[in-house]
Amino acid sequence: MNFQELRDLQPIARKKLDERLAGNPDVEIYGDGYRLSGDYFRRQTRVVLRNSDIIDPLNIEEYIAMDGYRALADILEKEISPANVVETMIEAKLRGRGGAGFPAGRKWKEAHDYDAERKYVICNADEGDPGAYMDRHILESDPHAVLEGMAIAAYAIGADYGYIYVRAEYPIAVKRLRAAIAQAEERKLLGDNILGTDFCFHLELRLGAGAFVCGEATAMIESIEGRRGMPRFKRHRTAHKGLFGMPTIVNNVETLANVAGIYRNGPEWFKSIGTAGSPGTKVFALVGKIAEPGLVEVPMGTPLREIIYNIGGGIKDNKKFKAVQTGGPSGGCIPEQFLDIQVDFDELVRIGSIMGSGGMVIMDEDDCMVDIARFFMEFSVEESCGKCTPCRIGNKRILELLNKIIHGDGRERDLDYLKELSLVIRDTSLCGLGQSATNPVLSTLKYFEDEYKAHAIDKKCPAGVCKALKHYYISDACVGCGLCMRNCPTNCISGEPRSKHTINQESCVQCGTCVNVCPVKAIHVE
Amino acid sequence: MLHLTINDMPILVRKGTTILEAAKQLNIKIPTLCHLDLHDFKIVNESVSCRVCVVEEVGKDKMLTACSTPCREGMNIRTDSIKVIKARRMMVELLLSNHPTDCLICPKNGECELQALAADVGIKTIRYPGARTVTKVDRSSKSIIRDMSKCILCKRCETMCSTVQTVGTLTDVGRGFDTVVGTLLAKPMHETSCTFCGQCLAVCPTAALTEVNNEDKVWDALSSSKTVIVQTAPAVRVALGEIFGMAPGTDVTGKMVSALRAMGFDRVYDTNFAADVTIIEEASELVHRLTHNENLPLLTSCCPSWVKFIEHNYGDMLHIPSSCKSPHEMFGSIAKTYLAEKMGIDPKDMVVVSVMPCVAKKYESARPELASEEGISDVDIVITTRELGHMLKDLSLDFPNLPDSDFDDFMGESSGAASIFGTSGGVLEAAIRTAYEWVTGDYLESLDFTELRGLKGIKEAIIPLGDKQLRVAVSSGLGNARKLLDSIRSGEAQYDAIEIMACPGGCIDGGGQPYTHGDTEIIQKRMNAIYANDRKKIIRQSHKNPQVKKLYDEFLGEPYGEKAHQILHTTYTLRPKI
Repeated sequence: MNFQELRDLQPIARKKLDERLAGNPDVEIYGDGYRLSGDYFRRQTRVVLRNSDIIDPLNIEEYIAMDGYRALADILEKEISPANVVETMIEAKLRGRGGAGFPAGRKWKEAHDYDAERKYVICNADEGDPGAYMDRHILESDPHAVLEGMAIAAYAIGADYGYIYVRAEYPIAVKRLRAAIAQAEERKLLGDNILGTDFCFHLELRLGAGAFVCGEATAMIESIEGRRGMPRFKRHRTAHKGLFGMPTIVNNVETLANVAGIYRNGPEWFKSIGTAGSPGTKVFALVGKIAEPGLVEVPMGTPLREIIYNIGGGIKDNKKFKAVQTGGPSGGCIPEQFLDIQVDFDELVRIGSIMGSGGMVIMDEDDCMVDIARFFMEFSVEESCGKCTPCRIGNKRILELLNKIIHGDGRERDLDYLKELSLVIRDTSLCGLGQSATNPVLSTLKYFEDEYKAHAIDKKCPAGVCKALKHYYISDACVGCGLCMRNCPTNCISGEPRSKHTINQESCVQCGTCVNVCPVKAIHVE
Repeated sequence: MLHLTINDMPILVRKGTTILEAAKQLNIKIPTLCHLDLHDFKIVNESVSCRVCVVEEVGKDKMLTACSTPCREGMNIRTDSIKVIKARRMMVELLLSNHPTDCLICPKNGECELQALAADVGIKTIRYPGARTVTKVDRSSKSIIRDMSKCILCKRCETMCSTVQTVGTLTDVGRGFDTVVGTLLAKPMHETSCTFCGQCLAVCPTAALTEVNNEDKVWDALSSSKTVIVQTAPAVRVALGEIFGMAPGTDVTGKMVSALRAMGFDRVYDTNFAADVTIIEEASELVHRLTHNENLPLLTSCCPSWVKFIEHNYGDMLHIPSSCKSPHEMFGSIAKTYLAEKMGIDPKDMVVVSVMPCVAKKYESARPELASEEGISDVDIVITTRELGHMLKDLSLDFPNLPDSDFDDFMGESSGAASIFGTSGGVLEAAIRTAYEWVTGDYLESLDFTELRGLKGIKEAIIPLGDKQLRVAVSSGLGNARKLLDSIRSGEAQYDAIEIMACPGGCIDGGGQPYTHGDTEIIQKRMNAIYANDRKKIIRQSHKNPQVKKLYDEFLGEPYGEKAHQILHTTYTLRPKI
């Protein structure tokens, strides 16, 4: 395909798409395009997800119908210099969606300005935060948006080779990426002499073998080079000496999915969405105790309250909101007092959390914050590569301390140890995983210190989650019907008929059967 | 040049200088643990994993590792803030929380860098006790013991094994807290392609990797009714003194001989004698191959680690190493034939003990090829320089003040050529000193081939040999050996003779030598002492050693002849790559 052929194909493809979507109740016309029907989607601003669940990801023509590859074609046809392409990205202020929010344009410029015989573009599709699946969804529903973004990035920095490092646990994404690459190569939108020009860009998939730390850029590079995926000490910037010692940019899936739109609509359009410091939109994976879980794309700066209550429908079963955890295992827990903050990179950091890749786990009154911290620490301990001391041993000790507290063996000074150790781990670890692993502990210690104290000093779990600190007891309301006694699987309830029964705490396994069968609600948990 | 301040002191440094190096210039000592910079060999452990050397860049949360972070213009560094002190202590405390505290009965007691660091930092209690790494101790090999419960994952061993030696036996396996430095498929060491060079244990800061200790075997032999004879390698005598606080590079040959006698050995001999015999055989072999223009280049075969390396990795090239046994094995086979006969004893009643700078010699002495047809090993027990030092301490000997004495007669006499076997380049130089005179029939004026000396990894020279030119190369370090072998295999380079030693710098830096803790100046001093020993000798060419001549006259017959082959030569075995 050449420029003219691409231009000719677009209206034909669009017509076919219009015909296919006509009468589909899930889709509605929006501007000169489409969007998914229903309030859930109407309340969002879908830029990255504009094609998701609308076009057929296995058909490149449907992507082209929605102006796909037009941005790349324009850059090549108008012979816009790579330096100018980089300049546009800097102007758009697109910040990396993978977690740290580093400006993509600056990364590109570093790589562009560095002379080398070869350069690489890597797409980081090693999404691993528990509960986060926006990258998977983008790859599965609109793979060409990522490919086009990578091709533009490659042109900008002067790369002719790229890798997509994708989790092997995403088989559908892998399949669709393979199909998309093949279709793009067939139409000369990837490979040698793209659209008949001198620009060549080859793409290869690399499948991650299940290590969370491989989402860290230097560990990913080690892994692509064929070594054990462990972060390395950065003597040089990756943009100068990265993959195989060559200038390399590593951008996340969502970042790259934003690229084509910026060139299609211009940086001013992009900056008109979101906040001054963080333009554009962000896709969040809204999970946990939320009424309507799902992927939500909103402009940066949207208040937390709006995301959770207006779009997500509030807390499940009308329970009371307790906290929202953002940024996955590297993030922090945000209490109710901050529900009105406008979510962007800088605001989240200010209140002790991070944007991360966009996971948002909602917690309600039934969640124990010490247990939540333990959950995330368990994840980080499991996923630590084991290279540096603070992450390998320190995080293990943090987890042990949390378990000790949860099991009722904690002491007050353990809370001081937790804090001291967490801060040292944050400041001394080799890579981002270790540096952020204790964020869930630090943020819960900061905002929910009372819960920690209740566990460590009073030996109580206010949310009633931690089994070792939980006791079932029968109140004076007991009528002595004996139902609980007969249903108890461990025979730990005793009592005379028509008199108050008691529970033997030693043998109680806290199964809750007695609570459910008691006709007068006399059995309580403390 | 860059300007920065460390603890309020300004300093000007060259670009590329690390914070650690800059601090050193200001006499500020920043403790390190995983850091290893073998400057003279250009070997750096780039792991940066222990985080003990963290320092504070004023105004920033994230701390910097001094060992690896290059100085930047305008940096304001503190190494003495409460934050730094607390973080450093925390790192050591965390490491100790996953480390046995059995220091008093640990093989590295007194030599352990973690122990010294814990004392320096002043750890009194472990506030975070918890789970510990539990692993099975690997005692499968004759040379190296692997106890991963003592590993702190500094990865120095991995750097030596995989990057420097390109052997690739040791690598980290598992992840997170369960990470250990392991072997491929968790195989025991003796089933791997490990060459037992011992460079891993030479750099291990703790007792995670130690040599198999044979001290008790020696004491047992000495208290038995058997005739126990001992031989010492040339590199031992220039390093043994270090164990007793003597300056590196002190030659303690005479004191060592006195000490060995005090231990109760029946005869105290010198491996250098056998080194001279090795030269007679190896130089003959070289002349033979040159004359017939076959199987060139000749590769030296003194180093057992190197021999195992070629057996594993270059199975197609097993015809080019010299078939000569290594000197201490030659010594053993001469002792158990000729000497036993002369002494009128049954070789079965003779125990040959080798004191070596090497741990691979322990493995080598158990090779079935290096035993008589009746299954009597040439060498029975191998101990390292370190083990000998320890045994002498056991004896409460005041080593530095012992009188000097001489080796026993006959197998104690050696030339200067034999002395230099202990350093990289020495074997080849010794061979050339003899081969030159044999090939040309001329008297060799200058015996010093300085282009073959020094700590450089690969050295090359062209030596005029009458009307011929001898193209030679010397490499130390198995990674360098690999480079040479690859270039020979591809036809890119042509040589007539190559000397290879597995340890960087040769035997003076062997895996069995006193620990240098990364100070390569010590290696340099040992090397100087070796060449000084050579210069002191009146006879500096192996073929001029009268006792060696006598051995051939009385027993072996023709050099490189039938009997010599039977007693002094060996064969090699093809081994799997992994």
